[in-house]
Amino acid sequence: MRGSCRPRNMRDKAVCTTNCPTLIVTVGLPARGKTYISKKLTRYLNWIGVPTKEFNVGDYRRECLKIYKSFEFFRPDNEEGVKIRHQCATSALNDVRQYLCVEGGHVAVFDATNTTRERRGTIMKFAEQNGFRVFFVESVCEDPDVIAQNIVQVKLENPDYVHCDSDEAIEDFMNRIKCYESSYQPLDEALDRDVSYIKIMDVGRRYMVNRVVDHIQSRIVYYLMNIHITPRSIYLCRHGESDLNIKGRIGGDSGLSARGKEFAQSLRNFIEEQKIKELKVWTSQMKRTIQTAECLGVPYEQWKALNEIDAGVCEEMMYEEIQEHFPQEFAMRDQDKYRYRYPKGESYEDLVQRLEPVIMELERQENVLVICHQAVMRCLLAYFLDKTAHELPYLKCPLHTVLKLTPVAYGCKVESVYLRVDAVNTHRDRPENVNVKRSTEDALQTVPAHL
Amino acid sequence: MPRELTQNRIQKIWVPTKDDKRRAGAPHFANPPTVIVMVGLPARGKTYISKKLTRYLNWIGMPTKVFNVGEYRREAVKNYSSYDFFKPDNECAVKIREQCALAALRDVKSYLKDEGGQVAVFDATNTTRDRRNLILEFGSENDFKIFFIESVCDDPSVIASNIMEVKVSCPDYRDCNKTDAMMDFQKRIECYRTSYQPLDPDQYDRDLSFIKVIDVGRRFLVNRIQDHIQSKIVYYLMNIHVQPRTIYLCRHGESTDNLEGRLGGDAGLSLRGRQFSAALTRFVEEQQLKNLKVWTSQLCRSIQTAEHLGVPYEQWKALNEIDSGVCEEMTYDEVKEKFPEEFALRDEDKYYYRYPAGESYQDLVQRVEPVIMELERQENVLVICHQAVMRCLLAYFLDKSADEMPYLKCPLHTVLKLTPVAYGCKVESICLNVEAVNTHRDRPEEIKRGPGTLIRRNSVTPLTSPECNIKKPRIDDLDEAPIHELPNSVAQLALCNSSRLTLAGQNLRSSSGRHDILQPCL
Repeated sequence: MRGSCRPRNMRDKAVCTTNCPTLIVTVGLPARGKTYISKKLTRYLNWIGVPTKEFNVGDYRRECLKIYKSFEFFRPDNEEGVKIRHQCATSALNDVRQYLCVEGGHVAVFDATNTTRERRGTIMKFAEQNGFRVFFVESVCEDPDVIAQNIVQVKLENPDYVHCDSDEAIEDFMNRIKCYESSYQPLDEALDRDVSYIKIMDVGRRYMVNRVVDHIQSRIVYYLMNIHITPRSIYLCRHGESDLNIKGRIGGDSGLSARGKEFAQSLRNFIEEQKIKELKVWTSQMKRTIQTAECLGVPYEQWKALNEIDAGVCEEMMYEEIQEHFPQEFAMRDQDKYRYRYPKGESYEDLVQRLEPVIMELERQENVLVICHQAVMRCLLAYFLDKTAHELPYLKCPLHTVLKLTPVAYGCKVESVYLRVDAVNTHRDRPENVNVKRSTEDALQTVPAHL
Repeated sequence: MPRELTQNRIQKIWVPTKDDKRRAGAPHFANPPTVIVMVGLPARGKTYISKKLTRYLNWIGMPTKVFNVGEYRREAVKNYSSYDFFKPDNECAVKIREQCALAALRDVKSYLKDEGGQVAVFDATNTTRDRRNLILEFGSENDFKIFFIESVCDDPSVIASNIMEVKVSCPDYRDCNKTDAMMDFQKRIECYRTSYQPLDPDQYDRDLSFIKVIDVGRRFLVNRIQDHIQSKIVYYLMNIHVQPRTIYLCRHGESTDNLEGRLGGDAGLSLRGRQFSAALTRFVEEQQLKNLKVWTSQLCRSIQTAEHLGVPYEQWKALNEIDSGVCEEMTYDEVKEKFPEEFALRDEDKYYYRYPAGESYQDLVQRVEPVIMELERQENVLVICHQAVMRCLLAYFLDKSADEMPYLKCPLHTVLKLTPVAYGCKVESICLNVEAVNTHRDRPEEIKRGPGTLIRRNSVTPLTSPECNIKKPRIDDLDEAPIHELPNSVAQLALCNSSRLTLAGQNLRSSSGRHDILQPCL
């Protein structure tokens, strides 16, 4: 017997093609990590180039009901509350439709408790009418420590509790959870056998995956199975200053300059001071990153995927030379630095694809130091800090500076540590004039100083 | 003082100059080896999964081997008479079966500890807790990680189909007709059913690492993934399927660079190349395929070939030809002239050799892996790619080693049609009868393959999945005195000594009066 609601009237069903949009629907009691998962998944999908947006029904409710009084609002017998919450869900779904049908979105993440079969049925009907594929992500957890920690980490800062003290807030929130518990109908092996979903149990100890139907769902499942919430830090830095850096030349495979070697030594001191538990060190397969790692005196792993962007015909050139030999290419790069591919080389967009396995493995790992290159570091940083394709190629990643990333709440805290060894500046801002017919002076306006 | 670095001549990898430890021999894997343990009733696809997974892991460079206990049993008990062998109350048979399992485990240990193996797939029913506990103890004694893959399926049509495809033709039933074989096998399954204790994620097995594959991949239950390789195994298992389909591999049509004997580049099609595209279009139409997907690289010659088909196609940068770095667009003669040492090095070890500022076949495998993963998800696909890329893909489907891969024959204007069948892949080579230059360079005769100074950091080294080559003589008569060469693992199989073993009950063999039918146990 099919438990899920299916519309009888087939005319209501929009045609679902191979590339139809996907609606991800979170399911679970409050404080089970739904919003954490929604935001992280959204960040990942956007980074790999799948336009994704999250729609948090709680935000809609906060808009509608300016002032949150107490958990009483969530009581199942509070008719007024029920009505408002239903309206908010509907409003959010309308925005989902707008995003997926009109604004060119590919994936929408509908973040709410969605704990009743009825609510999920409504959403599935909505999806079917619009030709969206639905994929549920349920988070189930009964570990009181985990739940308490969630509440402390993200609920206390929440606008709902901005004028409460911690104890009051926690108590109210626990009561709020109780309001949902009695009507909670988890996704069921039998009743929901035809529904596509992943059930995450105990923060990733166990997963139940049902009916993955396409590529994007498969990727989502793989990602969700690789992330964890164990506290750790990721350190990102570039190789020490290289001989080509000093000459203002891009790419190549040169060794470290004297100052670069000094930086490697400072990096070693820095790492030792940090007293990091079981630090893994990763480098590219280019000499300058390996030389830097060699100084640390610890084992390191070389990844070809971390090699600097391939500048193709422009390898080892100075910007001045690129302007001289390939002025049009130079201008086009400034017009769209993310998508621009060097002739016989790569683009930032290519880099992201190349780096995806590195990101996946970083998610699996705990403390890691990644010694890489400017463009590569920008890509990795954009992933952790949720930067757009537009911002990514201009992120500041200076030499001899370590970025320490620590996951906190829904995002990532960044500390920038300059290791006090001088180096050239290799950052070139976007010039004002990006027209292919621009003058040499305009083109070279933002080139940093070098020998 | 930091160590000086030199660049390894073949792989172009920077290593500390006095890095002796990285010479020849076994790959450098920091992690403990893994034993993958299959679980499930007969005809649930365990061997299919074992072989496919092994092929994939070897291709991505993880030395892996299957240990199929049924093969050990066939070695020990030369002639299978009937399902009675598998009855739980057949004490002698139970003993033999246990000895076979132990023999297989001993070989697993040897493979993982002494032969450089990283993953062993223990393919047997392993349906009881006792058996699994034995394996867990074995793992714990030897510091091996244990990962279970259970296949659960109760769909009678799937099971019948499995039996027809792989059981009916297996050595056990070589003297039977299909109907008899089918019936015997079904009874064999029943022998296991009563004692079957599936993995229990809620209680008994909650601390084990495993994946339960339910109904041929409709549903999965994944418990306690410990590490990277288990995560990749789970991802792979969730992407494969058993729907019949066909994969077509071909190269772009002949290009103008091909005519001049130039490597790489981004040239367009020659006249004959365009003729090939037309022929390819006709070929595709004749095949009358349901929903064919067409994939190309992002190089002009591949796209031009697809354009002619007049159907939508998807461009993958990952399918671009191997980057020959400083040698791009040169002819082989020019390479020999300008970079004679590089030219020689490449012939010395074509798989690991990386062009300066370019790529190696090893790099290609890593680059192309997402393509393989998506090919597994898809159904009918035509991949229009390039010589080196096609060799990588073909090596995956046909289980070819790193050594063979760079010399696989992938001529222009020829389509390879791959169809999954039983445990492997059927290949048909279809030449579309449009002339083209030959771009294949055979392995030079005089190349002696020494160990070389190969680095396997983050390595990707396809190995052919090793044959289950149990180098043991057949045991025709268990009364015979043990042969001196018999390894211990087999000598102990002769447990019910001094009497012949029984396969009481219905004998399915046609009455050819074979003397080696075993007699009742006293």
